[in-house]
Amino acid sequence: MTDHATPDILDRLAGVSVGSTLDVVRHERPETRRNVQASYDALFETGDEAEVTATERHAVAAFVALLHDADGPAANHYLQLLEQRPDADGLVGVLRSQAKRAATAGPYGAYPSGPLSRENLAGPIFSTEPSDRAVLGERLSAALDHVHLLVFHLRDAQAPHLALLQQAGWNTAAIVTLSQIVAFLSFQIRAAQGLRVLGS
Amino acid sequence: MTATTLDHPKAAIPTVFTQDELGWNAWLDPVPEEALTERQKEGLVDIARAKSPYFRLLAHDPDILRARTLADKDIFYNTRAGLPRAERELAAAAVSRSNGCIYCASVHARFATTHSKRRDDVQRLLDEGVGVDIDPLWNAVIEASVALTATPIAFDKSHVAKLRRLGLDDLAIADLIHAASFFNWANRLMLSLGEPEIR
Repeated sequence: MTDHATPDILDRLAGVSVGSTLDVVRHERPETRRNVQASYDALFETGDEAEVTATERHAVAAFVALLHDADGPAANHYLQLLEQRPDADGLVGVLRSQAKRAATAGPYGAYPSGPLSRENLAGPIFSTEPSDRAVLGERLSAALDHVHLLVFHLRDAQAPHLALLQQAGWNTAAIVTLSQIVAFLSFQIRAAQGLRVLGS
Repeated sequence: MTATTLDHPKAAIPTVFTQDELGWNAWLDPVPEEALTERQKEGLVDIARAKSPYFRLLAHDPDILRARTLADKDIFYNTRAGLPRAERELAAAAVSRSNGCIYCASVHARFATTHSKRRDDVQRLLDEGVGVDIDPLWNAVIEASVALTATPIAFDKSHVAKLRRLGLDDLAIADLIHAASFFNWANRLMLSLGEPEIR
């Protein structure tokens, strides 16, 4: 059951304090509240590390957050989790520098050829720097390239993008989890910022 | 299980936004219906979803699928007070129009039409895009949804103020924030794990 006195992760990212109007509003939707938290738990607390390691999960989440707002509460949260991983040596610095290179504005991208082509909007295609691939490793480098695609120009996504992940060692179940992490973060960051604005 | 992506060479890809029913083909192997484990069935929540290649692909990670699905259902179907269903569906369609998810837009434009009985207004969002001028409330719902969809996020106090002036209370605005944010989750899965097909 939901404990009214305990803020959950979305409360913390949105700056919701116990007893505030926003706190009351969030408790009007207990099922949403419970399952948004359960989504976070499934990806970051209880997820099966056989396919995607905890370090990979936190690094991917941190990169999504950095691309949205490098100084925001979500970036701080996931970078802090990543720093606590014993095998995260040098990762935080590399993620920060890669995120600076990768920053742009979305959504952009191309439509299937036809009447919508006039709405096509060109933008950068990101690839992690070779010099950082040693720290990141092949799997995580490919994942970060995919994160940039999904964050900024999702309508450009095609089957060959998944083939690149497969070549870097991501199997089907791992690609599903990776995609869910990027997609969930895209939700969580927006819900948190939206609620923060509503409560301010 | 193959280590390659799946081709659908005969599938006709839609090239316009539509309220018609579309199909969707996965680029990776969905879990075969007869091979679904109990945990994967629980992840589907509603066993009818075992017919859908999209949900059977997501069933490769059943725990996040289950939590995602239960959140989705409450965000859209729980209309005890707050934002009416039609405007939640409008928000989902506007986000999908902005991100460019033709499949998601088709489903939620249909739902917006069903719940508002305003098929032509919904179609104008699909045809003209998110800059369409419909009426003050729908314009404000679309604007707020699009601002939440931008990266970096462009949603600010001016959006909240406008929605309040149009009569939305904090619960209704929170519902809108959840609906628009949720489609930034859904669009990313639908657009990157497979593609729509004209039926």
